[in-house]
Amino acid sequence: MLNRTKAPQIIDAVNFKLSLKPCVKIILKNGVEVYTIDAGAEEVLSIEWVFAAGNWFEEKNLVAATANFLLKNGTSKKTAFEINEHFEYYGSFLNKTCHSETASISLHCLTRHAGELLPVVRELIMDSTMPEEELITYRQNMKQRLTVNLKKSDFVASRTIDALVYGEQHPYGRYSRGEDFDSVTRDEVLAFYRKYYQKSKLTMFIAGKLPNNLEQILNDNFGDLPINDVTVGDIPASPAEEKKYRISNDPDGVQGSIRIARPFPNRHHPDFIKVQVLNTILGGFFGSRLMTNIREDKGYTYGIHSYLQNNIKQSAWLISTEAGRDVGEATVNEVYAEMKLLRDEPVDEEELQLVRNYMMGIILGDLDGPFHIISRWKNIILNNLDETYFYQSIDTIKTISAREIQALANKYLQPESFYELIVV
Amino acid sequence: MIQFEKFTLPNGLRVIVHQDLSTPMAVMNIMYDVGARDENPDRTGFAHLFEHLMFGGSVNIPEYDEPLQMAGGENNAYTTNDLTNYYIQLPAENLETAFWLESDRMLSLAFSEKSLDTQRKVVCEEFKEHYLNKPYGDVGHKIMALSYKQHPYRWMTIGKELSHIENAKLEDVKNFFFKHYRPVNAILVVAGNVTVENVRELAEKWFGGIPAGEKYQRNLPQESPQREGRKLEVHADVPLDALYKCWHIYPRLDKRYYVADLLTDILSGGGSSRLYQTLVKEKKLFSNVDCSHHGTADAGVIIFEGKLVKGITMDEAENALNEILEQLKREAVTENELQKVKNKTESMIAFEDMSVMSRANSLAYYELLGDASWINNELEKYNAVTSKEMQEESRHIFDEKNSNTLYYYAN
Repeated sequence: MLNRTKAPQIIDAVNFKLSLKPCVKIILKNGVEVYTIDAGAEEVLSIEWVFAAGNWFEEKNLVAATANFLLKNGTSKKTAFEINEHFEYYGSFLNKTCHSETASISLHCLTRHAGELLPVVRELIMDSTMPEEELITYRQNMKQRLTVNLKKSDFVASRTIDALVYGEQHPYGRYSRGEDFDSVTRDEVLAFYRKYYQKSKLTMFIAGKLPNNLEQILNDNFGDLPINDVTVGDIPASPAEEKKYRISNDPDGVQGSIRIARPFPNRHHPDFIKVQVLNTILGGFFGSRLMTNIREDKGYTYGIHSYLQNNIKQSAWLISTEAGRDVGEATVNEVYAEMKLLRDEPVDEEELQLVRNYMMGIILGDLDGPFHIISRWKNIILNNLDETYFYQSIDTIKTISAREIQALANKYLQPESFYELIVV
Repeated sequence: MIQFEKFTLPNGLRVIVHQDLSTPMAVMNIMYDVGARDENPDRTGFAHLFEHLMFGGSVNIPEYDEPLQMAGGENNAYTTNDLTNYYIQLPAENLETAFWLESDRMLSLAFSEKSLDTQRKVVCEEFKEHYLNKPYGDVGHKIMALSYKQHPYRWMTIGKELSHIENAKLEDVKNFFFKHYRPVNAILVVAGNVTVENVRELAEKWFGGIPAGEKYQRNLPQESPQREGRKLEVHADVPLDALYKCWHIYPRLDKRYYVADLLTDILSGGGSSRLYQTLVKEKKLFSNVDCSHHGTADAGVIIFEGKLVKGITMDEAENALNEILEQLKREAVTENELQKVKNKTESMIAFEDMSVMSRANSLAYYELLGDASWINNELEKYNAVTSKEMQEESRHIFDEKNSNTLYYYAN
């Protein structure tokens, strides 16, 4: 007779030997570094061009984001429509994103089409014209989108908490207003494009089934791009004085968007890796303390999460949830109660073992496939780390003690260090 | 070509094994043949609420998540109008943990009042977060209710109203479980670093002893052909006017489904698509547009949505949309444009197939539709679509009599 009450034997995931597949680095003729992972069964490619062109470098709000957006909206030879049609004809997906330090172009395509697509990416980098007409349409549509987003408590809460932690003038805390879109001019955008894309600090990441002649086609298309040695200077954060905020955004709102956050050092700080374990226990997975208490026991929310922000220069530790309007304050109190518990009592061994195994299992699953592997590498390279960061993380998950975790909780999970915000 | 093997246990549970030795992980995917369309119209949202209760402990195992996390695994689930799907990913060495957990909750749940009480609240917060506490949040409910008059697609998986969820009783939960969550109504896919022999052995061991249950006979009212266009006006506290339009299409297994799917790609989905190029870029009538369909098993709908640029009237906006649809009816799509949307489909399939989880999910879905091996014929079916069929179908689908229009005005 099958005994269903007894769990099958498991192998503790901490016993797995995890290794990060090494990436192969190619250096183009102009010195551009290209990191590649050749793996996977499907004939597909992911290519990303990462420029030092984030909002860190802009002199006026939204110039970096606008330049990034307009990259594919016209060159001296092609209209925006023709550019889109070219990439879409080959079933490829061309995207662009603007972050704080970096901004990028990314391309997903079938490997066999790379030869048709790369010359046009080169054209975007070298020859975008950023037409005035395109800027006008972009401005109008972004302003419309902003008016819709400003009705959402989660949108307002997320941007407000960043402004509190870093200051509204800081690249991490800056947010857009309708009038900011109005004041961006084509000349400013073009000047930014010339300075940070046409002449750029560029790094590339490529993964998938790589074509045999990869190095040659990369050199043909990107090996002569002018290089600009940009450095990300320090911009000090200027956090708000006041810590607690209650904002009314929608009189009929049925939920409050809760954000609780404190500044935290970046990945180079020795506590960063260790705190990942503490964070997982607090609010980093479905079995976390916050989820178990506030969702699974009390039903105040559909979900509650905590995480360290993915910034290069400086991070913040954030707790985020949308909770029923009437239980907002109760939710905040429970968050602090969970912090206190982590400060006062060591995590018991069974819970710690579960979190170790869970984190290892997630990393194991996350090393699956070329796109996942390259994104680990990208994180390492862009943060100026090396692969020892990966192995230190694994080692920390396996060996950190309950006592160390408690000490970290006492060091960081002090309510008075946290900004606290509810937007209804 | 995605390889797999299939066998059926004596209790009717269909088992599909898809081996991929390049990953250290295993995936277990269980799809139950029940969705929101199977709900009682006075108890909507129940299939989805029930999905939450599947995590509230089973007859022999008080906690579902903890042992799985201890084994280095993670899981999730989703409910659609057609089906409910549960999936686990974990290190392949610990595969048996997944069998243990999933088979116990197919055997029977713990049916705890506390779990029902909490999950009612959690689902109500989910309802608020996604459908009440944001501008235009009620559009999905309104447009489905306008488009369907008989078929249960007229309500969304989250349910028609909060009260339906608040009133759910433990008795309803039990009845629902024993009606739908039986081996004979389920499909189990095990994929990743596994062998057929091992999966067969584990399936027999853990699932073999569960009573088969009765095969659920679905007998839903099908939507009769729409004879007259329907219109609805809404005024709400939103910043921009918006236009929504829905047209009935075909069941998932109908050959014309593929034509309808490619039509939505011609219209929307990329910077060179017709709606974006004409309505947003050239005429500047909308600040964003989208046109998609739900891919439902029974006859679905194509949905257009767009927010109007301030100062543009609803008439201007709708006329411009109609003009694009008229052009589709009038002039055949060129070979070049047709090839473009076929190429897009080919690469979408290639990218989806990169993940074992996604392959496992697709295998279960095609088996639910009728045969797992259809997973390998999809591209062929898209490639067979002709420009002439596109033109003919656009005439049928984008007929004003077949349309449902929602005018959403800003107060």
